[in-house]
Amino acid sequence: MAYPPEYKYTKEHEWLSVDGATGTIGITDFAQNSLGDIVFVELPKVGAELTAGSTFGTVESVKAVSDLYAPVSGTVTAVNEELATTPEKVNNDPHAAWMVRLTLANPAEAEGLLAVADYEKFIAEEQ
Amino acid sequence: MSVENTPASIRKTALNSAHRQLGARMVDFNGWDMPVEYPANAQKPVGGLIAEHMIVRTSVGLFDVSHMGDIRVSGPQALAAVQQMTFNDAAKLAIGQAQYSALLYPSGGFVDDVIVHRLGEEDYLLVINAGTREKDYQWVREAAQEFDCTVEDLSDRYTQIAIQGPNGWRTLQKLTDADLTQVKFYWFTHGTVCGLPNTLIARTGYTAEDGFEIYIPSDEATSIRVWNELLEAGKEFGVLPCGLGARNTLRLEGALSLYGHEISDTITPWEARLDRFLKMDKGEFIGRGALAAQKERGLERILVGLEAVERGIPRDGYKVLDANGTEVGYVTSGSPAPFLKKNIALAYVPPALAAEGAEVGVAVRSQVVKCRVVPTPFYKRPRVKA
Repeated sequence: MAYPPEYKYTKEHEWLSVDGATGTIGITDFAQNSLGDIVFVELPKVGAELTAGSTFGTVESVKAVSDLYAPVSGTVTAVNEELATTPEKVNNDPHAAWMVRLTLANPAEAEGLLAVADYEKFIAEEQ
Repeated sequence: MSVENTPASIRKTALNSAHRQLGARMVDFNGWDMPVEYPANAQKPVGGLIAEHMIVRTSVGLFDVSHMGDIRVSGPQALAAVQQMTFNDAAKLAIGQAQYSALLYPSGGFVDDVIVHRLGEEDYLLVINAGTREKDYQWVREAAQEFDCTVEDLSDRYTQIAIQGPNGWRTLQKLTDADLTQVKFYWFTHGTVCGLPNTLIARTGYTAEDGFEIYIPSDEATSIRVWNELLEAGKEFGVLPCGLGARNTLRLEGALSLYGHEISDTITPWEARLDRFLKMDKGEFIGRGALAAQKERGLERILVGLEAVERGIPRDGYKVLDANGTEVGYVTSGSPAPFLKKNIALAYVPPALAAEGAEVGVAVRSQVVKCRVVPTPFYKRPRVKA
């Protein structure tokens, strides 16, 4: 599965899409593939403050639990409620199945994340 | 999101390259490089743990279980030796019959659980777990020392393939001259499979489903040929190769014990609720004295089935709490159950909390998830005559 070139990535396998002051966060195809069938996604509430590098939720597959790490800091403005009943969407379309939207506290933080080519290189080494 | 790395592989079964070709996700399982699941891909549109689990419940799935070990005990006193080293009554076995049993320490704790097959008059095959192979072999050799019998480790001789599910027999029947309808559950026969004469074909498994396990020569070419012929034969039934992930959730739905989880060297058969296999009246065997004493004394913990009644997934090692929030036990195995569509667990709790319907909490990270004690097995297969 192709990694959208306009997204930013983390070594913890989250993606971040930035539109002005709004960021959208999800997990990558590599992440969903490593986890296997996802059965449970636990997300923060609207209004929660995320800190870059800190956990903001969990995603569980049949076999494993993984923490979600915020790529950037900000205030949650929306969570993808759909994932409560259809968590498998993260497996089926990881780069569209977003988890949270947030207002970026410091848009410059996004610049420190991996560009698509660097992320692809990083996961090639992980495999 | 953090993803664990798979350490460099150590031991491989003869089917390793077949798994990789199928796109399996491999893990280190007790020192073995084994498939955990075979995700869907362009060549194989259906796959992944849940699909693999479901196909075994509804049709047929194929497992490489060659990492299991095989110990043969034969000779004039083979039965006496097997009786001394196992807790079930091997004297009850007819030739061609198998039984669930276990090797115990003098303390009553488990060395391992095993399936004992009676191959001949004084000829037994013990199928043992991967993670305990060397330990088991040494232990069996020692326990057999005082008897006139031979102990051989045949583990590396066989590739063991499990064909599991209600269409397992139909799949295997296409490749063998043995009449599988004549083989009852926990019995075995010998027949030609894929042109291999005298192949051991046992109606056994670890999925709480009907199925067969076959033992073929472990050379790579033969092993891969048979594996591929089974996949081909099962095509009309929608067969899937299945990994250790599905094997674990299938056995958990059936509340079948896993060494290192429900049973271990510090857990006894009474605690693990394996009473029905424990034959205290058969005569002396290793561990019997300790078990008699424990029965007299009473148990401090016992294995129960739990079902989460709130959102949250109890998993291996999580703490069990009583109504006051005091830690009273732990989860031995817990997972979402793909067929039952519930979150289930096996756990050790004090006998006072073991009654059906009792409520306990399981500490799932920062929250406490309410669970109810339910009867086991969680899943019981429908009885259908093959």
